[in-house]
Amino acid sequence: MALLELENVDTYYGRVHALHGITLHIDEGEIVTLIGSNGAGKTTTLRTISGLTPAAKGQVRLRGKDITHVAPDEIVRLGIGHVPEGRRIFGRLTVRDNLFLGAFTRKDREGIRRDQEHVFKLFPRVKERLDQIGGTLSGGEQQMLAIGRGLMSRPRVLLLDEPSLGLAPILVDQIFDIIRDINQEGTTILLIEQNAAKALAVANRGYVLETGRIVKEGPTSTLLESPDVQKAYLGI
Amino acid sequence: MKGAKERAPKRLPLQGWTDRDTVILRALLVGAILFPFFATLVTGGSGGALINTAADAGVYVLLAIGLNIVVGFAGLLDLGYAAFFAIGAYTYGMLASGQLFGSPLHHEIHLPFWLLLFVGMFVAAGFGAILGAPTLRLRGDYLAIVTLGFGEIVPSVFRYLGQGSVLGNWTGGVNGIAGIDPPSLPFGISGPWSGEALRFLPRFDFVDPIAYYVLMVILVIVGVVAATNLHRSRLGRAWMAVREDEVAAAATGVNTVAIKLLAFSIGASFSGLAGTFYGAKLSLVSSENFAFVVSVTILIMVVLGGMGNIPGVILGALMIYYVLFNLLTNLPDLAASFASAIGLGFLNASHGDWPGLHDEVQRMNFLIFGLILVLVMLFRPQGLLPSRVREQELAKGVSEQAVFDLREEG
Repeated sequence: MALLELENVDTYYGRVHALHGITLHIDEGEIVTLIGSNGAGKTTTLRTISGLTPAAKGQVRLRGKDITHVAPDEIVRLGIGHVPEGRRIFGRLTVRDNLFLGAFTRKDREGIRRDQEHVFKLFPRVKERLDQIGGTLSGGEQQMLAIGRGLMSRPRVLLLDEPSLGLAPILVDQIFDIIRDINQEGTTILLIEQNAAKALAVANRGYVLETGRIVKEGPTSTLLESPDVQKAYLGI
Repeated sequence: MKGAKERAPKRLPLQGWTDRDTVILRALLVGAILFPFFATLVTGGSGGALINTAADAGVYVLLAIGLNIVVGFAGLLDLGYAAFFAIGAYTYGMLASGQLFGSPLHHEIHLPFWLLLFVGMFVAAGFGAILGAPTLRLRGDYLAIVTLGFGEIVPSVFRYLGQGSVLGNWTGGVNGIAGIDPPSLPFGISGPWSGEALRFLPRFDFVDPIAYYVLMVILVIVGVVAATNLHRSRLGRAWMAVREDEVAAAATGVNTVAIKLLAFSIGASFSGLAGTFYGAKLSLVSSENFAFVVSVTILIMVVLGGMGNIPGVILGALMIYYVLFNLLTNLPDLAASFASAIGLGFLNASHGDWPGLHDEVQRMNFLIFGLILVLVMLFRPQGLLPSRVREQELAKGVSEQAVFDLREEG
């Protein structure tokens, strides 16, 4: 059974019919990427999974259990972490509080402390800035904090929305290295990226989204060789 | 909320709290304790009026602390906060006076003040949740307008439920409720079901202003302790998360619906407490006392004091109260005597269109108040006593510089 599945999902974003019959699955331990241009429905797909914009039709299942209409905070409790687009850290709270809120659904203080140490190991910068307020961090640091905050709920699946957006190239490489590390430690990842080359390099499988429909899917090696993908997303 | 199951909650550091705030809070406490002596000394033994004013100011301090929870902590702009103040005051008025004799109940109810303090809190908190429910999907401007409507509806309902209303005379209508019981110690329930014989100690009625003052100081201390504890609780962090970014808060697992309802409800409970005290002290409640301007005044106190920062909000409340109810009312006399003193006494006489300095200043009262507000906000946009976070934010701004630091190290 797939860890996370979407079956024939239709989602409306306001009155815009954003997703048309999306079907996809993510197996335990995978990195799966969704690529597509602006407005293809990548972010809406993540928002549908995390309950922020619930599906109008179809089903979202976590380990076979229907979570289509479960509230967002409950979905976090069930093990899906969401690092939203544009980082969305809490700008006027300290880095410490941002991490604390990431673990908001948890009660095991000892586990939270361990996970915080773990986040510090992944992102030493975050530790240095612990008492600074989030809004004063640089873009790269904010992205690291956003991912760190996402990890604090100890998710089984981490949804990453454009983690490389607006970052300097060297930071983009760092972020992708860390995504790989997080995955190797056992967290399944669904990654959305405009930087298709990087995303396909790190992921096991991919889906190509166009105007709310999946037009192509497969192992990343196949997608990388597809002339359509090369032309539209890799600039080859 | 599964609060009951939780282990003893970890005390979080107060967000944005500095030693300065602790010092100011302690100074305020010492000031509050010394104030009656000071007032007596200054006035040569008749400090009653000053102490009375201070007790009234305390009502606003309590209101500002409560509104700060809604606006400062949770970031929900509430323009109808006086409604809960009214609800607290009317709850006390109805349940501790002869008012309900004229209502369909045909019975006076005289419950003790000490019990009604809690009743007022809970009733106001309940209405806070009722207001919160329809506004959950709204933010910013839209929320402000709905709360504004609520703030208008509540006093109107109280005005309507008077003589001649279909539902019976519950609130005295435009006249309000008069002859409300003062608090008394030791408390017992007197009424048809209990006689004076049940009392063991001589009855102590609250008559002297100092009694109200002491009670108010105790209420404010309780309010400050409650608010600081909320500030450092998980709930407080969740409020701030919702204030900063509701979507991100939901994405990190905060139940934004419950959290916002709790903000309205807990904020309102402070107002209910203040209202109960207010009704008891004034011994009269009338719908006019809870107009829109009251909501705005409290909001000004919060914003001008330093939104989100409890000592700042207290200072803001005291300052605005002083300006509105002391400085502005005395200003015409002050201006007139000042003019005489510097040889401009002729300004005090009226000529043609000139009504004399005294009356002219009186006319311009709210112009002057407005000017004071504008000036404070120009020079202290973050409030008189902002939280450290706001200062850091204003001083440092958001810097992209550090990206390059990282690059060099990386």
